[in-house]
Amino acid sequence: METQIITFESHKNKIAPEKERLGHIEIDKVGITFGHGSEKVEAVKETSLDIQPGEFICLLGPSGCGKSTLLNSIAGYVTPSSGEVLVDGELVEGPAPERGMVFQQYSLFPWKTISENIAFGPKVAGNTESECSSIANTFLAMIGLSKYGNKYPSELSGGMQQRVGIARALANYPSVLLMDEPFGALDAQTRLMMQENLLSIWSEFNITVVFVTHDVDEAVFLADRVLVMSASPGSVIADLKVNLPRPRAPEIATSDDYMALKKQCLDHIRAESLRAFEQQNK
Amino acid sequence: MSGTSADPELSAIEETKTIDDGPDNSPTTPEEKKTFFEKIDLAQIGLVLMTMVRKHGLNFSASIVSLMLGILFWHYATKYNLNFYINFENIPSPLKVWAAFLAQLADTEFYIHIAVSMKRIIIGYVFAILLGVLAGVLMGRSRFSRAMIYPYIEVLRPIPAVAWIPMAILMWPTEEASIIYITFLGALFPIILNTLHGVEQTPEVLVRAARSLGASRLQIFWHVILPSALPSIGAGLAIGMGVSWFSLLAGEIISGQYGIGYFTWNAYSLINYPDIVVGMLVIGGLGTLSTYAVSLMMRPFLSWQRRAR
Repeated sequence: METQIITFESHKNKIAPEKERLGHIEIDKVGITFGHGSEKVEAVKETSLDIQPGEFICLLGPSGCGKSTLLNSIAGYVTPSSGEVLVDGELVEGPAPERGMVFQQYSLFPWKTISENIAFGPKVAGNTESECSSIANTFLAMIGLSKYGNKYPSELSGGMQQRVGIARALANYPSVLLMDEPFGALDAQTRLMMQENLLSIWSEFNITVVFVTHDVDEAVFLADRVLVMSASPGSVIADLKVNLPRPRAPEIATSDDYMALKKQCLDHIRAESLRAFEQQNK
Repeated sequence: MSGTSADPELSAIEETKTIDDGPDNSPTTPEEKKTFFEKIDLAQIGLVLMTMVRKHGLNFSASIVSLMLGILFWHYATKYNLNFYINFENIPSPLKVWAAFLAQLADTEFYIHIAVSMKRIIIGYVFAILLGVLAGVLMGRSRFSRAMIYPYIEVLRPIPAVAWIPMAILMWPTEEASIIYITFLGALFPIILNTLHGVEQTPEVLVRAARSLGASRLQIFWHVILPSALPSIGAGLAIGMGVSWFSLLAGEIISGQYGIGYFTWNAYSLINYPDIVVGMLVIGGLGTLSTYAVSLMMRPFLSWQRRAR
């Protein structure tokens, strides 16, 4: 089950509704600080970004560089100390179902079955039981877990749980999918499968994805644009366009273009680490 | 005297008399001296044990055997007036207690005692659940409520039920209300603290997930916080049930005309020693049963926990 690649062709035009392309994210001079007085920490230095509808963005950087904080400001969990985040022209003031969120792990409701987890968004939005279960079934089929609808999350493997997490966020038909190191806790093999699955889902749903990772390979394989971030204070130091053809298969990792991009990312990260290292030893 | 040996209570009384070094000690035949326990054949016991282990498993059988050994020890300790720091001289034997229990079962008043106690437990307990879960959830979700409520818990919690009795009598218009109040207090604190603990343990990522899926505050409470805290609340409810019996007895001993605690204390005043033990064991039995009933009630809500790999 775990290593099965799901085909999405059969669901074309069935799952994703035909609608105007949404998911335009504008980050306008956003700065984020935590704490007060002497304990004040600048998590994100003034940053401006423009993310186009349907774009796949990877925020790449070492742990503690503020990439999750920046993501959380788009999600609405963190209010920027300065500047503002706009999605489709509307100011982000808190979490909303239009901005689906996928967490690293253990984010499914353990007391709800897989079907109930997926249908949670539609349910709290006021859909009837039968509408909820039909949505759940559609998405269960999409992630290839139709047989697992009545299981509880603890009965599924880590990879399956993350697929459910993605399906749950998508069941609200968001315009933006925010992912906070969603495959970080998975083994390498499962991870590759999940990356391919995600790309198929993304092309099916035509939505904007902002994907946080510290894995250079993951970022280059998935993204249209890789934003390399540095730590203390967190800021975007490079904005790299990934012009690799789609659909992407794992074989692409051996191509020259891929290698060149990976080297570029690594160079940026290395230069930044050296700078940070020197700064610490001053 | 030999004609009364059919009645277990009287024959047991006889037993103690024969061991007594008192002046009215009269010789009896060895056949009469044999008690119920001594008449059982060892081979038969072995056979019974083996079938029990096969039918009900080792652990259950071990519990039964352990209980029987305890009763056997009790029997012989009273029979030979064991006096080794603990004095068994005035302790009624298991047979006398059994006879007293049977006699009580035939008495309507005994059931009134039990019913009155059960009623007090249920009323006090239901109020404790309502207030305890509410206070626990409030404190778990809001620092301000916690700052407001927690000092009361810190101060009031260590006060034992018995110490509340005079105040309870002064505070409440009827004796009945004061007893229920004391019962309520006993159950309240374990329920509050366990609810608080459960709510605090709610993983923040689940609350965040629910928020991003569009859930309102009330929906988050109902679908995330409450189910997450439920295992801990269940533990609090079970402990609270035990403590509420504990407190009820304290209340009933001092005041009231009915109730199993009153029954027990009254038996002591009337120097009716077997009835004291009957009262105690009935309390133990009811406490165990009601705690079991609480965990049984919680079970359907916690089925997801047992489904883990």
